[in-house]
Amino acid sequence: MAAQPQDDLVNLEVDGKPVKARKGAMIIHATDAHGAYVPRFCYHDKLPVAANCRMCLVEVERAPKPLPACATPVSEGMKVFTKSPVAIGAQKATMEFLLINHPLDCPICDQGGECELQDLALGFGRDIARFNERKRVVKDKDLGPLVSTDMTRCIHCTRCVRFGQDIAGIPELGTTGRGEHMEIGTYVEKAVEHELSGNIIDLCPVGALNSKPFRYQGRSWEMTQSPLIAPHDGLGTNLFGHVLRGRLKRVVPRDNDAVNETWIADRERFSYEGLLADDRLTKPRLREGGVWREVDWETALGAAARGLAAAGPSTGLLAHPSLTLEELHLASRVARGLGSANLDHRLRQRDFRGDAHGASVPALGLPLEAVDALSGLLVIGSHLRAELPLLAHRVRKAAVRARAQVAFFDLAAREYRFPVAAQIVAAPADWMRGLVGLLSATAEVAGVPSGAAFSALTAGVTPSEADRAAARALCTGSNRAVWLGAMALRHPAYAELQALAAEIARLAGATLGTLAEGGNAVGAALAAVTPQGGDRPGLDALAMLRSPQRAYLLVGAIEPRHDLADPAAAEAAFAGAACVVAITPYASEELLRCAHVLLPMAAFAETSGTYVNLEGRWQSHPGAIAPPGEARPGWKVLRVLGNLLQLPGFDYESSEQVRDELRARLDAAAPSAAAAVLPTAVLPTTLPAGALDAVAQLPSAVLDVPMYAIDAILRRSPALQATTTARAGAEA
Amino acid sequence: MSVLTSDGGQFVPGDGPKVALLDAHTRHEIDGWIGRFPAGRQRSATLSALRFVQEQNQGFLTPDLMDAVAEYLRLPSIQVYEVATFYSMFETHPCGRHHVSVCTNISCWLNGGEDILAHCERKLGIKVGESTADGRIFLKKEEECLAACTGAPMMMVDHHFHEHLTPAKVDQILDELK
Repeated sequence: MAAQPQDDLVNLEVDGKPVKARKGAMIIHATDAHGAYVPRFCYHDKLPVAANCRMCLVEVERAPKPLPACATPVSEGMKVFTKSPVAIGAQKATMEFLLINHPLDCPICDQGGECELQDLALGFGRDIARFNERKRVVKDKDLGPLVSTDMTRCIHCTRCVRFGQDIAGIPELGTTGRGEHMEIGTYVEKAVEHELSGNIIDLCPVGALNSKPFRYQGRSWEMTQSPLIAPHDGLGTNLFGHVLRGRLKRVVPRDNDAVNETWIADRERFSYEGLLADDRLTKPRLREGGVWREVDWETALGAAARGLAAAGPSTGLLAHPSLTLEELHLASRVARGLGSANLDHRLRQRDFRGDAHGASVPALGLPLEAVDALSGLLVIGSHLRAELPLLAHRVRKAAVRARAQVAFFDLAAREYRFPVAAQIVAAPADWMRGLVGLLSATAEVAGVPSGAAFSALTAGVTPSEADRAAARALCTGSNRAVWLGAMALRHPAYAELQALAAEIARLAGATLGTLAEGGNAVGAALAAVTPQGGDRPGLDALAMLRSPQRAYLLVGAIEPRHDLADPAAAEAAFAGAACVVAITPYASEELLRCAHVLLPMAAFAETSGTYVNLEGRWQSHPGAIAPPGEARPGWKVLRVLGNLLQLPGFDYESSEQVRDELRARLDAAAPSAAAAVLPTAVLPTTLPAGALDAVAQLPSAVLDVPMYAIDAILRRSPALQATTTARAGAEA
Repeated sequence: MSVLTSDGGQFVPGDGPKVALLDAHTRHEIDGWIGRFPAGRQRSATLSALRFVQEQNQGFLTPDLMDAVAEYLRLPSIQVYEVATFYSMFETHPCGRHHVSVCTNISCWLNGGEDILAHCERKLGIKVGESTADGRIFLKKEEECLAACTGAPMMMVDHHFHEHLTPAKVDQILDELK
């Protein structure tokens, strides 16, 4: 932060100590900054001030009454007393009022032990209630499958209401009635539908809003807490896993202002349920003569090593982009050790012609915090709220607070809960034409001619009004960005879309970002889980299936029908292969049909590891729980596989050692290797005939994978699958 | 069709599917209130809008009608529900079309307000808070002081004050309600 000029500060006194505070700050900012604790319920750092719980009343010299610290601005010479008899008296009186209607059912309340009301009642409550009348009872609301309600416990702090209005942009919760009859609710019964709605569970200072799947599952003081990184998207959201008797019982946010602030998306909060799916693989399995049997690790690994060694360079490796960096690095080393260059993590990508122009790291191109300050943004082929919920939240902040102009180019009109400057909807077969229109509009608005390579495309193209509106939005202010979303990456003409987007970004002076799917796509690119990483190029994720190999190694929760661009080609290739080894957490029916060896692997939260997010931030976590049964962390399985294949240098003792080796290698190759390499605006030569016709035939769910169907863990999480969002996605 | 706002700006009322529930007169009255506030402050017209909608619907609001107001004023529905449930002059459940409130606060009480209320209950055959079976009269509630103590005992019928009440006068007033 820049140094504050002296006249921006005011001098005041907190509990007799002189302090400085920013002009316009509230008393609570000053007291918090100087360690003078003031109790509060409704005040929250990330929410607008409501001042309706009155718990933070403090004494201010010359004020006739105690003042709420959260809503009273500091002023020069102010004298604040947080512990004076007047302040404490006011706080105790407030607490007595709050407890009048509170049920005090702490022994059966999930919030017990981590409840702000419970904690403050200990400090400020009376030991005996003077209220002998009947307490009120409030009917519980049905807010959907994720959030449970016990509305009698509500103290009307309105944090959930303000979260809906100011953070999520869904003003669905409100306060109806007044006085004794005031209630928080939706009035007309309906589920609160938003991909961040679970955050109201953490915001609620009492036990009124709690996690439905976690209901009665454990007490907070019995659980241990471990830091985790979310694997479902490339944001690298920081989490805590809460573990009871070896089981992951719930997931809550871990504050990190640079990444996820204090929020997490619902799929990060509730995906842990998918870890205990019925088809979880807990023992190695071997298929011989068409019959599966459970075997010990030695037998299974031996069979896998023999099958892979026999295939040698004709091995195809598919690694899921949500694996840890360590797993990706070792998978890459195993494949290359076999002499194969056929390895890839871009499982749903259809067009790899861009690879001819060299390896690129799919990254955002700017720090996440810089997204808040964007002034103009064009998002191509992304349903941002579904793909990267918390990135969409940052874009919302930019649009609402900094008046950023945001334009979307998408295959359907979506609801964004912020002002959208332009939304262009086009069928996937028209995307190339659509981007050419946007390119000419951008050239027009920016006053810069597009490059010579594009002149044939733009000749005679007159941009539509919508194109111009989107171009004007992008060319707003000085912080501009163009993003290519996962739908663009899955498009059969991705190379053209990428080249056009890069040219649009160049004309607008914007940074180009790629929103690759998976929690570790950047890590996969850094670990060279791509066909170009080695001395000679190999086959990409699609080519290695369309020109069948003798053996395949699948690492991570890959289900061909859901996760691969061409499931039919995959089925044929696996059926014809001599050996298909899957290192996987789940024994899905499909794998049972096509694989020969199944090696049970630790899933999210069960292994230590590192994720590199879209901005290039390396984040490691130690893992929260042990994998079930005989399943083992992927990096250990791959290490032993490497040993059995007699590959050199596979003697790692910890995942940190694997990570450090990769880090050292990247640093040695180029100091900036960890930073993103942006794709250049090179227009590929030709589009394969029929590619665009083929996309017109595809059901929209092939490009637009529903939010809760993107990976195997989410597909197995009952609570998320019960949401309206998931059910609507399943029908589409 | 847009409405001229008090600062010379424009407000274009929403046209959601439920807006059709509002009749032309109601919309005209709401437009008049939108015009009293600056552009972008149409939320301030919520209270008045609900008054006219309740009148149009013969005495009470329904969720659909509240949604219609929300759509017309381009507000989230919950913001209209909040206002409608906060103020006691809005009824959110079906009730009779004439709202009768008898004051039983101190001046009226000293002058026989409670007897007037009991008389109403006997005559209409309903308890306070109930409506007559024919949907004609809603005996709203025991009203607190309406600042007409000089005319005690008093009652309010559809926002009109009636003072110096006697059982005979009450009979006449109630009988005249159609």
